[in-house]
Amino acid sequence: MINFRFDGKVYTAQAGDTLAAALLRNGIGLVGRSFKYHRPRGIMTAGIEEPNALVTVGEGGRAEPNTRATDVFVYEGLVAKSQNRWPNLSFDVGAALGLAAPALSAGFYYKTFFGSAKKWMFYEYFIRKAAGLGNAPTLTDPDRFSQRAAFCDVLVVGAGPAGMQAALDAAEGGKRVILVEQDHILAPSLLRDSQEQDAAWANATAARIRAAGGIILTRTTASGYWEHDLVTLTQRISEPGQVPTHDVAQRLWHVRAGQVILATGSIERPMAFAHNDRPGVMLSQAVRTYVRRFGVVPGKRVVIATNNDDAYKSAEALKDAGAQIAAILDARPAPAGANSGHRVYNNAVPLSTQGARHCLKSVQALVDGKTMDWDADLLAVSGGFTPVVHLHMQAGGTLDWNEDAQAFIPVSSRQNVTTIGGAAEPQAIFKMVPVSSPKKSFIDFQNDVTLADVDLAWAEGYRSVEHLKRYTTLGMATDQGKLSNMAALGRLAQKQGVAIPEAGLTTFRPPYTPVTMGLIAGAGAKDAGAHIRRLALYELHAAKNPIWQPLGYWFRPRAYPISGESLAQAALREAKAVRNNVGMTDVSTLAKFEVSGPDAAAFLDIICATTISKLAVGRGRYTFMLREDGIVFDDGTVWRLDENRYLLTSSTGGADRMATHISYVRQFLCPHLRVSAVNVQEHYAGIAIAGPQAKAVLTALIGAEPPRHMSTVPAAIAGVPVIILAASYSGERAFEIYVDASQAEAVWVACESEVFAQGGTLYGLEAMEFLRIEKGHLVVGGEVDGRMTPHDLALDKMLNKAGGYIGASGLSRPALSETGRRQLVGLEAIAGDIPEGAMLIPSEGASPQGHVSAAAFRIVTGGSVALGQLTEGFSRHGEILIASSPTRGQQARVRVVAPHFYDAAGERYRD
Amino acid sequence: MMRIPCPHCGPRTQSEFIYERTLDSVVPLNAPTEEAMAKLFTRNNPRGVDDEIWRHTYGCRAWMVLTRHRVTNEISGCRAIGPEALS
Repeated sequence: MINFRFDGKVYTAQAGDTLAAALLRNGIGLVGRSFKYHRPRGIMTAGIEEPNALVTVGEGGRAEPNTRATDVFVYEGLVAKSQNRWPNLSFDVGAALGLAAPALSAGFYYKTFFGSAKKWMFYEYFIRKAAGLGNAPTLTDPDRFSQRAAFCDVLVVGAGPAGMQAALDAAEGGKRVILVEQDHILAPSLLRDSQEQDAAWANATAARIRAAGGIILTRTTASGYWEHDLVTLTQRISEPGQVPTHDVAQRLWHVRAGQVILATGSIERPMAFAHNDRPGVMLSQAVRTYVRRFGVVPGKRVVIATNNDDAYKSAEALKDAGAQIAAILDARPAPAGANSGHRVYNNAVPLSTQGARHCLKSVQALVDGKTMDWDADLLAVSGGFTPVVHLHMQAGGTLDWNEDAQAFIPVSSRQNVTTIGGAAEPQAIFKMVPVSSPKKSFIDFQNDVTLADVDLAWAEGYRSVEHLKRYTTLGMATDQGKLSNMAALGRLAQKQGVAIPEAGLTTFRPPYTPVTMGLIAGAGAKDAGAHIRRLALYELHAAKNPIWQPLGYWFRPRAYPISGESLAQAALREAKAVRNNVGMTDVSTLAKFEVSGPDAAAFLDIICATTISKLAVGRGRYTFMLREDGIVFDDGTVWRLDENRYLLTSSTGGADRMATHISYVRQFLCPHLRVSAVNVQEHYAGIAIAGPQAKAVLTALIGAEPPRHMSTVPAAIAGVPVIILAASYSGERAFEIYVDASQAEAVWVACESEVFAQGGTLYGLEAMEFLRIEKGHLVVGGEVDGRMTPHDLALDKMLNKAGGYIGASGLSRPALSETGRRQLVGLEAIAGDIPEGAMLIPSEGASPQGHVSAAAFRIVTGGSVALGQLTEGFSRHGEILIASSPTRGQQARVRVVAPHFYDAAGERYRD
Repeated sequence: MMRIPCPHCGPRTQSEFIYERTLDSVVPLNAPTEEAMAKLFTRNNPRGVDDEIWRHTYGCRAWMVLTRHRVTNEISGCRAIGPEALS
């Protein structure tokens, strides 16, 4: 005995029960309210196609809304709640909507709410409350979702008798086999119907498959068939809402299969007649499943409506279980199939049902043109069988129409997939045309779509099946056409006066059954899928408790606050140390490429828009790179370390993009060059030392005169070989030290003790930002924003006059030298602090003429300064503008100036 | 997700690769402006087979030309390009 709760009341279930079976076992007929009309609904099926019995299972972050009660196995403590009802399931205020059903026909929203957007905003609140399914949980899911890749020769989907046999043959034939079954037992249909095989056969077969090395996964659904025989499997390790034993609730498998065998069976179809959605109307095979597999008899006095032989088996099962068969309504004109003494009416089709909220009371049918009634508490219907072709169609397959079965069957696919068993050979049925009133004849129970809605869509001119679907919402949500498709197609074909195959089919898209979002995110859910790259010197930084800042995939110290400093206070102190004395920082994340070979200079002249080939050995210079269309996309420095060996640096954030670009140019555009370009970003750690005392620090460290500005020398620090580059981003005398990352700690420690001995300090990214803004240096992603040409950034004088670089031809497009372009300017505040991201406007209410890309303060003297882009900015120095940020609610009056607020002549870093 | 036959590594899953551009949109060095811009901005978009440049970024890092049907994703060829193709 297992205890569970439904809508607050405790019930008991048997081991192996689905929630649906357990509810029926406890005599609960009413389990949900319908989507649009709030009609009372009961359990209709015994499988994943269940349209009505949608419940929320579990509590808090673990709650899973819209779980089909037929697709969750009861466990001790399960908590389920019905949905779309208020105040409770039995008495639902929204049911009054059902009385207004004529007004809520197909296209209701389109017709009613075509007024102003404001009107819709008003109505939307109430509509969302009234219509809809369960609520998404608001708390974080505490469980983990894992992902796994697998390969096999043969993937078999569906462990019915046909699938198990196919898996066995393949496994014993030496193939690597994976067999998946969405149920928690194998061959569940053997418990429903006695066939050639039985449950013992299933167990023995499973043992043989496993013995031959096959993998069998139960509670696993093949939910998507993608390109090149990749199938995604969603495996439930714990049931919905259940606390998983080992943290992991579900697992997503990516299986690349050599061959896929689909043994997915078929789904029984309902019939279309008035009030066919009442609790107590159930599919025939579902009735038989509840009776034989779960030992639950869902009715005492039963009417069966069918157009095929299969439903007669349900009559046998019910009779064996002690239920009374009031009548079998067979649509076929003459007796057919096995009949063991039941009251069978031929040429008989159901017309309507009567009943109360919780149950069915009587069934009305048309028998040989005459109306007849039976008292009954259960109506079992079988309208035929729809092969499950979803995966076959996702694989790009085609279908054929089988007239005997009135069904589409799989034919061929461009992928390596075959369909076997009931999905390939559905049972023959008798073709029926609905005769009952279309108004309450539901064809899509989940979305409350009736035959009348299809008729209305047709009358309003919706001819294509795809339009019909979107106009009526037919086949949407978890149904995805499983139950509704064929009834709708039949009606559409009837209206068009064509055969069903000519009416067309909607597209089958993954997933076959709903997939939890967390499963798709997998382990990446918590950090949005981004991995973290750690600095070689991470431990040394971490020991100082810096404020970290993400930069691309990296985390770098933003500032090193001491004794309760705020970020701004710490950054200002660090920046002042660089201006007045000396500071050091970790610049390891910069992109770095070692370019070598006889044609290295020629290659760099192609990559870089500045002249590289004239650089002398031991010298370096600033450079920038263009896209093919002439726009600046990155910048950095290039150093000639040796005759044929260069080091190129570029921005951290663009490092991966630059690596791809260099490789593309090397291999596609100049395969003839004798050059090697190696990404050495993580090979070298980088340390920058900047400030008036930097030269003294370097002299002490290397025991020699350090290189002049824009020069490089090899040296050794703490016995470790290093490359020293004299370059300044801060505007002070500065050096960058590059060292093999595996030996960087010793060099950092040596530098740190020398810097501290000079009274200097460490500085982080925030201070570096202050320093470079004051100096007017660009940053990729800030001033270099993918729209600026070299001219816009005042870099055009550095362009290689000889041309030949990437982007040279794009740059000659006339539009790039027209007037009216945004240009780089400096801004200094007259009143107020300049907000970053602010728009630049000439007066209140005027259109923006530019924006602020970076804002900071004069480090030593104070005062707000910024860099920005301004239309025709070069010729507007001296103008007064307003820098306005409505989103921050801040503004400042600014003066347009040259973008250099500190040492414009560059005297501080030269000897 | 496709399975791409890397000429160096053999068949590998698509997530190891990065798409660059179609082969006919490669702009040769020193192409005249008009030709270069036509290749960049007025490209073909055929419903059918096309040659595309991919890189096995999370594998051997080599570039290749993949011949793929853009509707069915059928791959009819994948050849190496660049210096690696010579070795």
